[in-house]
Amino acid sequence: MPDTPPAPRGSAPPSPRGPAPFADIIRVFGTIPHCRALNMAVEDVARGEGTIIAPYDPALVGNPDRGVLHGGVVTALLDTVAGLVVFSVIPEGASTATLDLRIDYLKPATPGLALRARGLVTKLTPSVAFVRGRAFHEDPDDPIAHCTATFMVGSTGFTTSGNGEGGGNGEGGGTA
Amino acid sequence: MTGDTDTGTGTFAGALARFRQDGDICHLTQAIPYARTFGFTCETDAQGLLTVARFRDTTIGNTILPAIHGGVLGALLEQAATLHLINEMRVEALPRIINISVDYLRPAGPRDTFARGRVIKQGRRIANVRVEAWQDRPDKPVAAAHAHFLLG
Repeated sequence: MPDTPPAPRGSAPPSPRGPAPFADIIRVFGTIPHCRALNMAVEDVARGEGTIIAPYDPALVGNPDRGVLHGGVVTALLDTVAGLVVFSVIPEGASTATLDLRIDYLKPATPGLALRARGLVTKLTPSVAFVRGRAFHEDPDDPIAHCTATFMVGSTGFTTSGNGEGGGNGEGGGTA
Repeated sequence: MTGDTDTGTGTFAGALARFRQDGDICHLTQAIPYARTFGFTCETDAQGLLTVARFRDTTIGNTILPAIHGGVLGALLEQAATLHLINEMRVEALPRIINISVDYLRPAGPRDTFARGRVIKQGRRIANVRVEAWQDRPDKPVAAAHAHFLLG
């Protein structure tokens, strides 16, 4: 994603705990029922960036005349990869929830092709993570959709440790 | 498959024709594979059309809370916006979404979710729609969105 900085610029104070090991983050994402329903898999994850993939599935079509996947598949992929990359930068055990997600649909997905989504944390503050993402088939520079998203950090939301630790302030509602 | 033997796998154009005939917009959700897969349907109440996501285990995004995945809520809002557009105006083709901005307001629990859309502006080529989704009470929305669609 050449139009965005290569790494998050964290202004959060140094945390005694680093992010969860990437293997743990990938394993936890593999247990999410909706991600399993879409057959999502993590292709790569590094600190502040990552890629996931989902195969084409006729059961997920939104336009039956054209065979194009439903926008909800793109939304789920982008929300999931955004959550994944947020976990790669926040302290292990901290929770997160999507505050908002804005998606521009640039062109229809091609029927029959697997869909990828790549996310990048552009800024991390103590309470909020800012993420950009794009959905594409093979070439990230030929995107189907791009998005900006913000995530609450330390809200009632998802954790990679699954212990529900976090502020529990009830803000944020997305779950990936 | 045509006519009475069509069990819901027909084309969108066929579903649209059936909706124009009998006014039942559920023909459209039944024609959309994604909507069938994740339990999207529609109802009518005193205020008009409601798009409903019947709860399915496969929509869970957080098993600890538990809560419905943000992607499914986004899909419901997008679906509701499309259906409300079709319901309120004569369109001959599925409106194509240009963009959507979703605000996630509360965790959505493992139960049915309802959504209602409002066409804010309908131009010649573009429509702007706002949508809210809720579970227990309409004044406690779990998510809200605004979206632009290309018509025709």
